[in-house]
Amino acid sequence: MASSQIIILAIVATSAATYISRFMGVITSERVSTKSKIFKWFNCVAYSTLAALLGRMIIYPAGVLAESELIIRLIVFFLCIALFIISKKNLVIPTLISAILLSTLNSL
Amino acid sequence: MINSQALFTGLKCLKGARSPAIPLSACFIALGALLKDAGFNIQQSAASSFFTYALPGQLVMAESLLLGASILNIFIAVWLVNFRLYPMTVSLFPLLDHKSQPKWKYYLSCHFLAVTSWLIAKDGYKEIDKKHRIDFWIGIGIGTWSTAILMTLIGFLGADLLNKDMLIGLAIVNPIYFFCMMIGAMKNLSVSISVILGTVLGPIIFLFSAEWSLLFAGLISGSIAFLIGENNGK
Repeated sequence: MASSQIIILAIVATSAATYISRFMGVITSERVSTKSKIFKWFNCVAYSTLAALLGRMIIYPAGVLAESELIIRLIVFFLCIALFIISKKNLVIPTLISAILLSTLNSL
Repeated sequence: MINSQALFTGLKCLKGARSPAIPLSACFIALGALLKDAGFNIQQSAASSFFTYALPGQLVMAESLLLGASILNIFIAVWLVNFRLYPMTVSLFPLLDHKSQPKWKYYLSCHFLAVTSWLIAKDGYKEIDKKHRIDFWIGIGIGTWSTAILMTLIGFLGADLLNKDMLIGLAIVNPIYFFCMMIGAMKNLSVSISVILGTVLGPIIFLFSAEWSLLFAGLISGSIAFLIGENNGK
């Protein structure tokens, strides 16, 4: 178990590493017009990076999610996406169902 | 100084059928429980969400600590996983820009930039007058950020009540919510291709390089999507 001092240093390092990307983003934004091509490119890269992170979270998750079976995660994933589309883009229903479904299937 | 109407419109994103409150609660409750497990005390857990407020980075930090990684290694690993915030900021903040607004608002409020708040802002900015968009963003930010901190505390305090299966259930909520939001955002060709290619390439590149996979997958699929969009005039 890490000591209290190490934990505080880790929080500082994590927060700094995170804020750098946000702050650099604001600085770059000052020179980017919403009508420019570079803005469109950044928009595509942002959506792709996010999608890559999510794809990874489902297929190769970190943390507790790694203790569930891949096939169960995929079943829950596709079912909930279908629910989202059927429910006319309601976000509360698929998210609630996803938690209940995965907990239940995983405890079987 | 701050337009209260725009601020409250932002805050109200927590209500209704598109509310991010449930997914945010689920993942930060799970994080609170995980941080307790990793040896954090309650103040440290709250401080982590207060100062970092970016879940994947906080997960990396907790796991690295458990593995005994050095502070420098933690810094680099978190920077790589949270680097996505850079293109996300650049694709949002020019939309919020207005000459009459002071710079400090932008420098401070960029701390609220996380996947949830970004998706909500991208979804709703058009309905807000350009002059007050930054205040709308600050409203979204305060709402989502304070929910995250509060739920980290609840997760920490309630850790003993949560069994493993419940924690696993909580952990899936966030990716599901994000995917649904992204499917909702697939309104033009280049964004749709970005989302689909990114989802496929992310896990594939992960097999070759765990740390750099997000950066490469994002750059490659984003650039391909951009070029296809340009060639098709969309």
